[in-house]
Amino acid sequence: MITLLFFLSSGLFLGWSLGANDAANIFGTAVGSRMVKFRQAALIGSIFVILGAVIQGAGANATLGKLGSVSTLAAAFTVALSAAATVYWMTRLKLPVSTSQAIVGAIIGWNLYTNNQTDLHTLTKIVTTWISGPILGGIFAALLYLLTKKILKRVRFHLFYRDLSIRLGLIIIGGFGAYSLGANNIANVMGVFTTSVQFPAIHIGFITLSSTQQLFAIGGVAIAIGIITYSKRVMETVGNTLMPLTSEAALVVVLSQALVLFIFSSQSLSNALTSIGLPPIPLVPVSSSQIVIGSIIGIGLLKGGKQIKYKVLGQISLGWIATPVIAGIVAFFMLFFIHNVFKQEVGFKTITQSKQATHQTVSDSLTHAEKVTSFPKKRVVQTEQNPSVQSSFSYGWMMGLILVVVLMGVVYYFLLREKKQNAFGKEKVEELENYIALKEKSLEQEMERYQEEQQNVDKELKYRQNEMVNMAMNIIRKYEIVGQIKDDINRIKKEIHDGEARQALNKVILKINQNLLLDRDRESFQMHLEEHNSNFMHRLSEAYPGMTENEKRLATLLRMNLSSKEIASILNISPKSVEMNRYRLRKKLQIPPKENLTQFIRKF
Amino acid sequence: MSILFKNVKELVLEVDEFLSTVEQGVLIFKQGVYNYLDKEEETFFENIKNIERLEAVADKLQRKIDRELYLHSILPQHASDIEEMIDKVDEIIDVAKESIYEFDVEIPFIPDVLINDYKRLVDASVEAAAAVFPAVTTFFREPTKVKGMLTKVYFYEKESDKLSRNIKRKLFHDMDELKLSQKIHLRYFALHIETISDKAELLADFLSINALKFNL
Repeated sequence: MITLLFFLSSGLFLGWSLGANDAANIFGTAVGSRMVKFRQAALIGSIFVILGAVIQGAGANATLGKLGSVSTLAAAFTVALSAAATVYWMTRLKLPVSTSQAIVGAIIGWNLYTNNQTDLHTLTKIVTTWISGPILGGIFAALLYLLTKKILKRVRFHLFYRDLSIRLGLIIIGGFGAYSLGANNIANVMGVFTTSVQFPAIHIGFITLSSTQQLFAIGGVAIAIGIITYSKRVMETVGNTLMPLTSEAALVVVLSQALVLFIFSSQSLSNALTSIGLPPIPLVPVSSSQIVIGSIIGIGLLKGGKQIKYKVLGQISLGWIATPVIAGIVAFFMLFFIHNVFKQEVGFKTITQSKQATHQTVSDSLTHAEKVTSFPKKRVVQTEQNPSVQSSFSYGWMMGLILVVVLMGVVYYFLLREKKQNAFGKEKVEELENYIALKEKSLEQEMERYQEEQQNVDKELKYRQNEMVNMAMNIIRKYEIVGQIKDDINRIKKEIHDGEARQALNKVILKINQNLLLDRDRESFQMHLEEHNSNFMHRLSEAYPGMTENEKRLATLLRMNLSSKEIASILNISPKSVEMNRYRLRKKLQIPPKENLTQFIRKF
Repeated sequence: MSILFKNVKELVLEVDEFLSTVEQGVLIFKQGVYNYLDKEEETFFENIKNIERLEAVADKLQRKIDRELYLHSILPQHASDIEEMIDKVDEIIDVAKESIYEFDVEIPFIPDVLINDYKRLVDASVEAAAAVFPAVTTFFREPTKVKGMLTKVYFYEKESDKLSRNIKRKLFHDMDELKLSQKIHLRYFALHIETISDKAELLADFLSINALKFNL
């Protein structure tokens, strides 16, 4: 059981990634636009995907079986793993990829490795369907869009009721889409295991589940787990990659996608067409993402085609070629590895009885489930590789072809990498240039701001300095006037002989002297002086620690470019004292005789 | 699902009720101004009370509609547009209430020669607003037809502009007996009345742009 689970794990992983990615094609817009809650979408999607896989999964699986019936469990594991690895690798490289195309490529890789013949007719049918799927999706979408538009024009729905019906439509059509996805794509997930894994049939009341149906149920559960665990992230990140969609247009896209998936997996419909003389529908697993793209382009063309991003079309075409080729190469080498290193049986050349066996009718119903899974039985006989007898391709031919394909793959990979690197480099250079330009601009702006600030500070400083000089000049003027008044009183005093009057004048002179000594203006000026030149005074103290407070004050006044006479007035000392103090200051500052004291201080 | 149907049904009814409340409010505004001009004080105060009540109902309904739109995630992609539109409709009744309050509080002296002019201005302005409500209703049901319904709104808005300009010209050119303060006062009242049609025009612009968005 554990071995079986191990071998099934690659298929289950493929199923998980299918659920994680492709559920967004069905419920992406509904959940993204908050019309349907994710929990609701995940529940409906999970149930219907399993139902679709079990009830209607056999049709598309039969076609894959015709392309190559992978006969051993190890080979089936390797083929599914190769497809899963290709899908994972291409998704990481952000290249368009489809599980359907990857599995087909991997089966062809198996055919080539095991020397089994690839049914070219089936291959042509599959490739044709890949192309016709998106085209059909586009046609359906355009017709349904026209129809919806007409209905909405005729029916006078209130906007709120319209919203409600769209919401209902998204749920119902989402369920149908999930059913069709399960029916069409389960072959990609579990198809390769149907020959090598056989379970006994299970009977539940009237329902009988064949071995294939049980396998498909397991695969359906893997898809459901993918939907529940990871699809929310995909639904939220996948935006309107091709063109913006309204809720109504999204409904049309999901419906046309579901219809195409249903058509390419419904045996009953195919039988009905055959019964009226029309050709049967090829039951082939197709890419739901590519049908969605086809549908959106269909609507876009109907609207004039202006909003379509045509680049995506080129990417799809590239995916048609690149995915199967890469998956085929990966499968070929992995099979080589599994066969030669792990010595596992990978199902070399089978002698089939299929030429005699006619392809049995495959039905959609549960009651015909056994019929559905009864592919042409094959007798698996391992033989020595003898290409000249049993293969339509000669061994040399095949190796040459593989070599060419490998070379093509390698060249494609390197071209793509170089293109990516170039694009990345260009993007980086542009980013860097933009960054530098922005940085330059911001530096320039900062510089301008700094200069402006500097100018403001200079202005402020100049203003303050002027203020102080004015203050100083006021004090000086006041001192001079008061000094003159004092002189005048002294002169008058000399001329007066009256004792009382002289005494009164002495009192006035005393008052003046006292007032001059306790001059508040001077005090406040000195306070301002110290405050505004605190940095300068601090620098002086650091450079010449022995300087007294009076010397520092004198230096500050000299820095303001005041003359000795003016300084004398401010400090209320005689000019001679100022000269003496200047001399002492010179000595303390150790200024050479040729240098001017004031200039030295101003530079300091 | 039936709960959702019930909620949607209720919301549709609430929107319709909201629109009819605002429409009633605008018509009462017209009556109120007429009563003021005709010096029918009693009925004028009755009108004020009515418009007050209707405005309160409209506000309550607006809040309910906003809440339900988000709570039940109805029209999630366009909920903000619907909300903006409802807000623009509500602005009309708000302006009507404010204007009628101005008449009540400031008691403007309107000379007899201007009474008819003011009446004609109220008529045109209210007509513009009255013409926009059916367009809102149609917007919810047939967005394609909205554009054709807005012609009336634009016409009456232009008309009220013209009438308001005439009143101002008369005030400042022909009525020397009025003081400048009176002229300015009366000019503001012409402006108050005219604002209703301006608001209706803004709503019409919004409708004509958004009707395209709501089409398939």
